[in-house]
Amino acid sequence: MSNKNKTEVIVVGAGPAGVSAAITLARSGKEVLLVERGDFAGDKNVFGGTIYTEQTAEIFPEFWKTAPIERAVSSQKIFMLTDNSSVQFEYKYEGEANAYTVYRSKWDKWCVLQAQKEGAFFAPKTLVKELILDNGKVVGIDTGMEKFYSDIVIIADGVNSLLAKQLGLRNKIKDKDVSLSVKEVIKLPKEKIEDRFLINENTGAGCKILGGPLKDMMALGFMYTNKDTISLGFSAGIDDLKKHKIIPYELLEQLKNHPSILPYIKNGVTVEYSSHLIPEGGFNSIPKIYDNRVMIAGDAAMLVNNVHFEGTNLAMLSGRLAAETAIDALNRQDFSASVLSDYYKKLQNSIVMKDLETHKNTIDVLRKNIHALTSLYPEFACEFFDILTSADSIPKKVKYNNFMKKFIKHKGISSSFPLLVYVLEKCIKK
Amino acid sequence: MNINEKLSTLKYNKDNESHLSVDNDKCMRCKDKVCTYICPANVYEWNEEKCIMTIRYENCLECGACKIACESENITWHYPKAQYGVKFKNG
Repeated sequence: MSNKNKTEVIVVGAGPAGVSAAITLARSGKEVLLVERGDFAGDKNVFGGTIYTEQTAEIFPEFWKTAPIERAVSSQKIFMLTDNSSVQFEYKYEGEANAYTVYRSKWDKWCVLQAQKEGAFFAPKTLVKELILDNGKVVGIDTGMEKFYSDIVIIADGVNSLLAKQLGLRNKIKDKDVSLSVKEVIKLPKEKIEDRFLINENTGAGCKILGGPLKDMMALGFMYTNKDTISLGFSAGIDDLKKHKIIPYELLEQLKNHPSILPYIKNGVTVEYSSHLIPEGGFNSIPKIYDNRVMIAGDAAMLVNNVHFEGTNLAMLSGRLAAETAIDALNRQDFSASVLSDYYKKLQNSIVMKDLETHKNTIDVLRKNIHALTSLYPEFACEFFDILTSADSIPKKVKYNNFMKKFIKHKGISSSFPLLVYVLEKCIKK
Repeated sequence: MNINEKLSTLKYNKDNESHLSVDNDKCMRCKDKVCTYICPANVYEWNEEKCIMTIRYENCLECGACKIACESENITWHYPKAQYGVKFKNG
């Protein structure tokens, strides 16, 4: 940097969005300062979760050869739970993995190291108190101890984005637009994990869990396999947690102790507990993500596709597109909102906005049918398997009739079939 | 596994000052006191005798749920100062 406290671009937050922005800028020979409040990148970061191959490889080609990954996901499982039974579907595949499990503390640190190698300046232990404004325009950041100035600031400070809020670009987040996620990392011998999830030495499983203790809420459980731990948790809409007066860590215990989940984690030792918010409002909750001299990326911009459980990929892509827009603006020496509006157009032409728009009403449809989805579907699925497989003295015809009667009686379930049709149609159109 | 056992898996660097605060008068009028059950680290506890909210800020996981859930928008929520607060070894 020519002047100690002035650089071309400041990126706030060294998560997937921020690091992607920083490395893209550095590769173009631009001056970039990446600031992070944690002691190192990843120190404060939490996710489910997985990173996705394609968008990650666009930033870090062949990352799987050198990055600290845990397992290549080769099995996707869906659990439909009732209170004491379950139906499980599994999709297994060979070949190149679409996603990898990672520990954020190791992964984020590695990503930032790559950005530093490419020329980005990294300032950890740096909490931005507020943005510095000049005539309403962002000109830098204030840490309370020091001020740094730049032509452009990219805000990638995560779901709580106090900086986007300072700019008035974000309204108060509605509690239905945010989920609270709690998670435990549970340690087990490597071989036990591979046996229980039917995976190989380097492959892994990703599981989504519906119903059971999570019924009648916009809630989803998850399990991911790391090398010698399992990440198990759930996320649930804050509005639903309030409505049912849920104590999150008690619900987590109920999920852990469900008879269909417990065998996976039995005798495991919890080595870490964590919580995190997920922006789940989708397309309709996205704030204005650019203005004069500023752009917002990743969770701070609410760019999460919760229908498909995607976040880190959209963060990386949005960070890269913000950086590409910044590079263009720097080349033109024009940092106005009209030039930076190109960032929004780039997002619209990418899967970020395309997918979020596809699902802009899906969440409301799911919410309306949440009882059917999380209570009735699992119950009927389990009952169906029970009829199919149990031998007793009741004639089959009586069983079928009872099943059909119950099925028809539940207006909730028959009226919620349009839900499946709706989601499928959405995916087929376009 | 209770909440204290869960929290004991975490490393914290405790600040002497709280990064969270509330207006106790507003809390007194608040019926539901959502923060007292929705916080995943059990940070908030209403002290009926003293009519104050006990805030165990040193256990905070820095998720932000309390601030969004609070009905009366009564939680002043900042990140802990740099180098303080929770540290995730896995994440």
